[in-house]
Amino acid sequence: MTEQRGPSTFDVERVKRDFPILSRTSHGKRLVYLDSANTSQKPRSVIDTITEYYERHNANLYRAVYELAEEATAMFEGARTKLATFIGAPDPDAVVFTRGTTESINLIANAWGRRFLREGDEILFSELEHHSNIVPWQLVAEATGAVTRMVPIEDDGTLDAERIEGMMTDRTKVLAISGQSNVLGTMPAIKRLAASAHAIGAIIVVDGAQLVPHNPVDVTGLNVDFLTISGHKMLGPTASGGLYGRLELLDAMAPFLGGGEMIMEVYPDHSTYKAPPHKFEAGTMNIAEEIGLASAIDYLEGLGMENVRDHERELTAYAIEALGSIGATVYGPKDPDVRGGAVSFWYKDIHPHDLAQVLDQEGVCVRPGHHCAQVLMRRLGVPATTRASFYVYNTPEDVDALIAALEKAGEFFGA
Amino acid sequence: MALDELYKEVILDHYKNPRNKREMPGAVLQCSKNNPLCGDEITVFVNEDDGTIADVSFVGQGCSISQSSASMMTETVAGKSRDEVEASIGAFRGMMAGEVEADEDSFGELVALKGVVKYPVRVKCAVLAWDVLQDALAGEGEAEGSAPH
Repeated sequence: MTEQRGPSTFDVERVKRDFPILSRTSHGKRLVYLDSANTSQKPRSVIDTITEYYERHNANLYRAVYELAEEATAMFEGARTKLATFIGAPDPDAVVFTRGTTESINLIANAWGRRFLREGDEILFSELEHHSNIVPWQLVAEATGAVTRMVPIEDDGTLDAERIEGMMTDRTKVLAISGQSNVLGTMPAIKRLAASAHAIGAIIVVDGAQLVPHNPVDVTGLNVDFLTISGHKMLGPTASGGLYGRLELLDAMAPFLGGGEMIMEVYPDHSTYKAPPHKFEAGTMNIAEEIGLASAIDYLEGLGMENVRDHERELTAYAIEALGSIGATVYGPKDPDVRGGAVSFWYKDIHPHDLAQVLDQEGVCVRPGHHCAQVLMRRLGVPATTRASFYVYNTPEDVDALIAALEKAGEFFGA
Repeated sequence: MALDELYKEVILDHYKNPRNKREMPGAVLQCSKNNPLCGDEITVFVNEDDGTIADVSFVGQGCSISQSSASMMTETVAGKSRDEVEASIGAFRGMMAGEVEADEDSFGELVALKGVVKYPVRVKCAVLAWDVLQDALAGEGEAEGSAPH
């Protein structure tokens, strides 16, 4: 399917064979996993990397002088370099490891926000945002006297850069925005918005939970101040991930968690801290998980992120058309060139929970619910949606299985 | 588990043709609750007469499990004394916790919801209406569900 785009190593049937879980059945049916926006499946190479780490290299980092610890430290710091290169960061020190996007945004909101936000300062976020890019900002606003303001989406589910710019004032200090919506797939114009935010002296914080797994990303080219990364959504282990921050900002920020490994010297009345990224990495980190994430990046780079994006673009186009043909309402932009592969829909007035239950019996895994985006659900005027989302291992046959299961649900509920 | 074991005909019937689904203006007892997990919403209205449930109704939206459970609940508790209603609520919770062996003699149509026990996420849908009824009888106005995420 990507042949016309030049030499490609992307062979989805081969990719599928790299994911052991995809060979199991669910309720006696072929497993059709369409919930990668929730969490992705893991290739054999990532699973093997974690096993090998525990069988051959396990030790705590930095502090020991024996060979094992040196190996573990080298692997962990190697993972940092790999992640930095993957997202185009100029320096590995600009990458802080965290449990993922939620922890990353909380880190930024607390360590940057509490130090630099003043009463009356404005934090802009969009109507698309996941709760993890809303609630931490509400908490820091409450603590600092800053105020939050929400930019509405357009009726077609897009975000209009001009509207966002029109809401920026000289009090705006933060633009917190998703790189790719986990509900609608919407992809805001990040590069333009970064320039607009900088022009008024604000920073831009990009929630990259859905952007990074599915697109080539270059933080230097985009010129964003912060980008958050969830490893488990990009073939890596749960609790792997991190954040990119501009080094001057990371330097100026307060620490987040205090404790071991983030300090230089500790006295009874004060302490001094390490330089970034270690300033933000207190306590024993998720060592095996971040090393597993490095293996996931190797796998994705082997496929090529342009190829990943192309593959998902074609699947998304196919799914949107197929869903429309059976009378489902698809939310968000319909043009696959401007959206990602999270496709939310409503089908024949069957409640998403009932729908997902029937789909489950057919081996089809989708997510029903509000997708941690209650603000967006209210705008869409629905209590919940059903969401199918795609990744490297999905095929047109998976979409066909979804459609067949939906039609079965329609018959079952007599809708 | 086959689909028609979870979605018994009785459930689909109550979902499509809910009983006592109406507002009750002037109801003495009224309570609303939602389950933020899936957006289910139920409001229960109760009027009592001499210690028994003289009239009970509900309005709301949500999945077939939450709405059919509410419909069946109104039929179950209508005309009962407070003690009997409390016992029914306790028994239904027991069935949903898998602690009570549900049979048709004691549970009537409600036994159709037994299959929900195997789906912990859906148990919250099934008990929502019963939680609202209990809060209404306790004289509580509005409450927010506590499902996480």
